Amino acid sequence: MSVLVNKDSKVIVQGFTGSEGTFHAGQMIEYGTDVVGGVTPGKGGQTHLDRPVFNTVSDAVTKVGANVSIIFVPPAFAADAIMEAAEAGIKVIICITEGIPTKDMIMVKEYLTDKACTLIGPNCPGVITPGEAKVGIMPGFVFKEGNIGIVSKSGTLTYEAADQVVKAGLGITTAIGIGGDPIIGTNTKQAVELLMNDPETKGIIMIGEIGGSMEADAAHWIKEHGTKPVVGFIAGQTAPAGRTMGHAGAIVGGADDTAAAKMEILRVCGITVADSPAEIGKLMADLMK
Amino acid sequence: MNIHEYQAKETLKGFGVAIQEGIVAQTPDEAVEAAKKLTEQTGTEWWVIKAQVHAGGRGKGGGVKLAKSLEEVRSISNDIIGMDLVTPQTSAEGKRVHQVLVAQDVYYPGESELEEFYMSVLLNRSTGRNMIMYSTEGGMDIEAVAEATPHLIFHEEIDPKVGLQGFQARKIAFNLGLSGMAFKQMTKFVFALYKAYESIDAALFEINPVLKTSDDKIIAVDSKVTLDGNALYRHKDLAAMRDVREEDATEVEAGEAGLNFVNLDGNVGCMVNGAGLAMATMDIIKLSGGNPANFLDVGGTANAERVEKAFRIILKDKNVKAILVNIFGGIVRCDRVAQGVVDAYKNIGEIPVPIIVRLQGTNAVEAKQIIDESGLKVHSAILLQEAADKVAEVLG
Repeated sequence: MSVLVNKDSKVIVQGFTGSEGTFHAGQMIEYGTDVVGGVTPGKGGQTHLDRPVFNTVSDAVTKVGANVSIIFVPPAFAADAIMEAAEAGIKVIICITEGIPTKDMIMVKEYLTDKACTLIGPNCPGVITPGEAKVGIMPGFVFKEGNIGIVSKSGTLTYEAADQVVKAGLGITTAIGIGGDPIIGTNTKQAVELLMNDPETKGIIMIGEIGGSMEADAAHWIKEHGTKPVVGFIAGQTAPAGRTMGHAGAIVGGADDTAAAKMEILRVCGITVADSPAEIGKLMADLMK
Repeated sequence: MNIHEYQAKETLKGFGVAIQEGIVAQTPDEAVEAAKKLTEQTGTEWWVIKAQVHAGGRGKGGGVKLAKSLEEVRSISNDIIGMDLVTPQTSAEGKRVHQVLVAQDVYYPGESELEEFYMSVLLNRSTGRNMIMYSTEGGMDIEAVAEATPHLIFHEEIDPKVGLQGFQARKIAFNLGLSGMAFKQMTKFVFALYKAYESIDAALFEINPVLKTSDDKIIAVDSKVTLDGNALYRHKDLAAMRDVREEDATEVEAGEAGLNFVNLDGNVGCMVNGAGLAMATMDIIKLSGGNPANFLDVGGTANAERVEKAFRIILKDKNVKAILVNIFGGIVRCDRVAQGVVDAYKNIGEIPVPIIVRLQGTNAVEAKQIIDESGLKVHSAILLQEAADKVAEVLG
C-alpha cells in the first residue's frame, strides 16, 4: 500500500517537450515510473523519449489511460493546465510549477471543488512512493522503502528528512511535497489524513514552516483522529516578521503563524516536535521502537 | 512588491475609489507649487505633508505634518525630504525620505462628526478566497485592535464564482454604523476598492484610515498596496512603479544575480539550496549558539559562478564571523558544488572567516574529498548535526 501514486499509476507529463519536462520525465522513467506519454499542445502525434505526445490531456486519458499528471508548464499557463487535467478526468494532478499568480489559484481551487481529483502543489517537489513511482523532481535514491510517511511544504528539507529516516534504519511509504504557495491543492491536514488511513504507514513526519495555519489545523485533527506517532518540525524559528522567506507562502503575518506558536500548538496536540532539523530522523526512530 | 502611498492612491483613483487628493514633490519648491495647484483643484486651505517611504507608522516618526501656510509647506517639506525617518516598522537607522506627498486637508469641520475606519483586502489562506477585513476602530494599529477589542473587527469573504455582492457591501456599511449619504458612499467605496484589488492582482490593500468626512464623503486617507510579485508580468505599468531605493541594496544585487536573499542581523552567513532547508539552516545556526546573518537560497543550479556571487554578497556584511554552506544535492551533484566552492574561494582570494561546507546527497563522499584535499581553510561535513557542531566550534 501507499498513497496517491504507486506502480499502477499511469503518468503523463504536461509540458513534456520543454527542457524541465524533458529532463524530469527522463529521470522518472529511469526510476521506473510508468510514464505513458505527455502533452504539448500543437505537438500531438510526435514521439518524445519514446513516448507519445498528445495535444490535449483528454487525448492522453482516452488513448493511453493516463490517471496521474505532472505539470511543468510555465507559471502563466499552469492554472489552465491544472484545470485541463481535472476536466479530462485525471485523478492525481501534481503541479511542480513555481510562481503562479494567487488570483489564478483562487480560480483553480474553485474550479476543482466539484471535480473528483486531488491536486498536489503547486510549487512543490512532487510525490514519491519508493520502489514504485516517483512523480516529482526529488532525487529518487534518497528515498528507501519502509513504513514512514512524510508530508512537507519544502523540497530539499523533505530530502533531508528522508535521508535521516533512512540513516536511522527506517524507510518511507510515500513522501508528499505539498508545496510552499499560499494556496495549494492539498493541505497539511489532508495529506496527513491520507497517510493516517494507509495501513502500511506506521509513523508520520510533518514538516511545516512559518506562515498560514495549516500545521495548526493538521495538529488539531491529529489530536482528535490520530492513530500513529507523528514527528513535527517547523522551519523558520529565526525568520523575521513581514518578510517572505523564499516560498511565497512563508511569511509571518501575525502572532499565530510564527514557528514558535506553531511548535507550541503541535506539542499541545501530542506531536513530538523536533527543535533541530538534525534530529527529525532520530526522533522518528525512537518512536518506532 | 510594495508601492508608495501616492502611487497606490493614483491606482485606486483609476478604479473609482475616492481618495484624499495629493501631488508628489521631490523638493521644497515643488512642494509649494503642488500646494498651490492642489488648492486650485480642491479648494483646500491647509495641506498635509507626508513622507513617501515603504513603512507604516510614519506619523509617529515625524513624517506626516500639517501645514497651515505655504511657508510651512516649504519649511516642513525641507525638514522631511532628506531625513532618515525612523518608525516602528523601520530599522533604528530609519529610511531616507526622497519625496513627499502634498495632500489636501480632509479633516475640515462641518455638519456631521468625522469618523475613521479600518479596511483591508487580503487572501484568507484557510479558505483560498479573498476577504475584506474592516473595523470601526480606524487610524490605529490594527494588531492592537485585534488584541484589545477583537469583536470590533469584521470579515466579509468573497465567493470567486460570483464576486462581491451588494448585500455584502451593505453589511459592511451597516456594521460601520453608517446611514444616509455616507452609507451609499461606503457601498460605492467598497465595490470600487474590491474591483481595484482584483484588477491589479494585489496581494494586500490596507486603507487606514478610511475617513467619513464632515460632509459625509468616504475617502481613503492612507493606502498601503502590496502587489503579487508572481503576477507582475501582466501589469507592466505597475511593475514600473518599483522603487529600488526603498529596498536593501544587497538584496537588490542578489536578486539580479538570481539569488533569493534576505539580510538579517546575525553573525553567521549561510548559503543553502531550497527555501525550507534555508530556513532550517538558519534555525540550526541559532541552536549552535550563533545568529543567522541572512537567508539565502541559491536555487537548483549551485554552480561555481553562483556560489562565488553568493560568497561575495554574504561577505559584504562585516558582522559575519563564519559561513555555513548547506547543500542537499539531488539533481545537482555535490562534487560539482564542492568544486564550485573551491574555485570561488580561490577567485575571491583569502576569505577572512571560517567556512563550513556541508554537502549531502548525490556524490557527497567525493565532494567531501574535494574539500578536504583542497588545502583551503574549509571545514567539511556530511551530516547536518556535524555541520551544526562545527559552527558551534568556530564560534568558540
